[in-house]
Amino acid sequence: MQTKVENNKAWFLVMPVFLIVAFSAIIPLMTVVNYSVQDIFDPYTRYFVGTEWFKQVMLDSRLHEALLRQFLYSFTILAIEVPLGICVALMMPTKGRGASLALILVAIPLLIPWNVVGTIWQIFGRADIGLFGAFMNGLGMDYNYSSNPTDAWFTVVLMDVWHWTPLIALLCYSGLRAIPEVYYQAARIDQASRWAVFRYIQLPKLANVLVIGMLLRFMDSFMIYTEPFVLTGGGPGSSTTFLSQSLVQQAIGQFDLGPAAAFSLVYFLIILLVCWVFYTTIMNMQKDK
Amino acid sequence: MAAITLNALAHTYSDNPTKPEDYAIREMTHVWEQGGAFALLGPSGCGKSTLLNIISGLLEPSNGEVLFDGKRVNELKPEERNIAQVFQFPVVYDTMTVFDNLAFPLRNIGVPEHKIKSKVFEVADILELSDQLKRKAKGLSADQKQKVSMGRGLVRDNVSAILFDEPLTVIDPQLKWKLRRKLKQIHEQFNITMVYVTHDQLEASTFADKIAVMYNGQIVQFGTPRELFEKPAHTFVGYFIGSPGMNFFEVELKDTLRFGDHEITTSDAMLTRLNAMQPKKITVGIRPEFVHVWDGKNDDAFKVDVDYVEDLGTYKILSFLFNGQMMKARLSEDQKVPSGQIYVSFPEQWTKVYVDEYLVEVADPVITQSEETHHAN
Repeated sequence: MQTKVENNKAWFLVMPVFLIVAFSAIIPLMTVVNYSVQDIFDPYTRYFVGTEWFKQVMLDSRLHEALLRQFLYSFTILAIEVPLGICVALMMPTKGRGASLALILVAIPLLIPWNVVGTIWQIFGRADIGLFGAFMNGLGMDYNYSSNPTDAWFTVVLMDVWHWTPLIALLCYSGLRAIPEVYYQAARIDQASRWAVFRYIQLPKLANVLVIGMLLRFMDSFMIYTEPFVLTGGGPGSSTTFLSQSLVQQAIGQFDLGPAAAFSLVYFLIILLVCWVFYTTIMNMQKDK
Repeated sequence: MAAITLNALAHTYSDNPTKPEDYAIREMTHVWEQGGAFALLGPSGCGKSTLLNIISGLLEPSNGEVLFDGKRVNELKPEERNIAQVFQFPVVYDTMTVFDNLAFPLRNIGVPEHKIKSKVFEVADILELSDQLKRKAKGLSADQKQKVSMGRGLVRDNVSAILFDEPLTVIDPQLKWKLRRKLKQIHEQFNITMVYVTHDQLEASTFADKIAVMYNGQIVQFGTPRELFEKPAHTFVGYFIGSPGMNFFEVELKDTLRFGDHEITTSDAMLTRLNAMQPKKITVGIRPEFVHVWDGKNDDAFKVDVDYVEDLGTYKILSFLFNGQMMKARLSEDQKVPSGQIYVSFPEQWTKVYVDEYLVEVADPVITQSEETHHAN
């Protein structure tokens, strides 16, 4: 009983998207899934181990510490970079040559490759030949990022703030430029204070770019690898060893592909989950009651 | 509440203005009396909004002064002038509720919360926003947002004036009418000086007691809607007010006023005065409403060719060629629709003479634009 004509042509139209997604995401991810459930000795010898690697990863106290460190790091740099970026954007000139000059100056750190940033700070922070290190010691502090964990942390955070605050600042700057002049005029007529203008006009209008900026910064900082690797190599001890570095140590250093793959998947899910929670919360907050 | 005086005011956006065209506002002296409802009418780019922003202090004039009740306010910032302004596009504070929006100007000047509450309720009641007070302003429709913008102007006591900058542009036509009436009511209730900028003559004449018509940075006439219609002081007023606008044709002064082979009847006093002025350009204007269309042949009237007749429902507009120039006449409902060659005449009372675009009058004391502003002073 054929009552309607089946037309499967539509599947061909979906094909390209399907192929692109398959090559860009699904196939690479499946390779990792494949590793995560097997113990591989050589190309011909492998055993299916089920969830054993996952159990091992979940119970690994070194990874717990790295995860904690990672969260602490991401939230620290967000807590500094977001307010600082907004302040910088608010202070940037809006017209004339000053505006172009400020844009260029602010954008410069963004143009420097990660490993170069690490190298710059590695030398910059040294007490013997680095300006910053010498300056800190000149102030009477016993500053040494390669032996003191606090100093190492301070330097890694400072480096990220220097490198990435400009991103937030530029996003906010563009957001601020998009606010029609009439809002400021109305606020003046309403005798609003500078703070009220910020709180009720600028901040709400910045909300969208800030969400993007915070998501980008969260994801990037949560996956940070190169800069601390070049600067401190994860030390002293493991005080600046973040998740990526633990992962690389496990996968390439020890060649434990199985646990490393399981760890990668958990890592990926954590980022996905945090971003989702963050995004939904912000979007719900903005909704009309 | 205040009378607003503009004294020898001029404004330019150019750094070194040399000619009058460089000025967005050409030098003017003008008074908006306390408690009046005024409209500032003119085409886009004539300087209306500039003038409004100068009054509110958002813009500092290049020359001259702004006085509130005789006190110079040039140096005062908008926030110090205690003025309210409603903009073309509604401005609401998105994250606040309607209540908080209305309370905002009061909270900014530190009014105690219980007074804020009663004032906000009062204003919300007038604007019919009472049931919306708890809503976020973000979700409101355009007309409700514009009401909130207006409301913020009304909550403060003793504002010097409320300025409206084409506030109904984004509002649906049927709501426009309602909001305009609301404004009129508010004006009657609070007796605040209101200046309403618009490019819509209907909006201007329904809102305002007196209309200032602005053209090229100048106020070319300030008068009641009726004065603007019956006695346009400038050819632009004739052209801009009325639908369709006034008919104009350039005439020559040769013993009498001549338009081609036709003689335009005018008084001896007018001819004497015109002869004394040695004018370069004389224009005669008559409103389509006042052109007399004869049903039959008439030897005292001009013979013209009918071009076409437009039926606008309640009345008809006749277009005819008078000595090669297209002109319009409004036909009354019961008048028969003419065709071919017809006879029209221009009643002398309604035939206005303009020299260099400004009205020349003889019977009454002459009021031209420059004297008009002095008069207003």
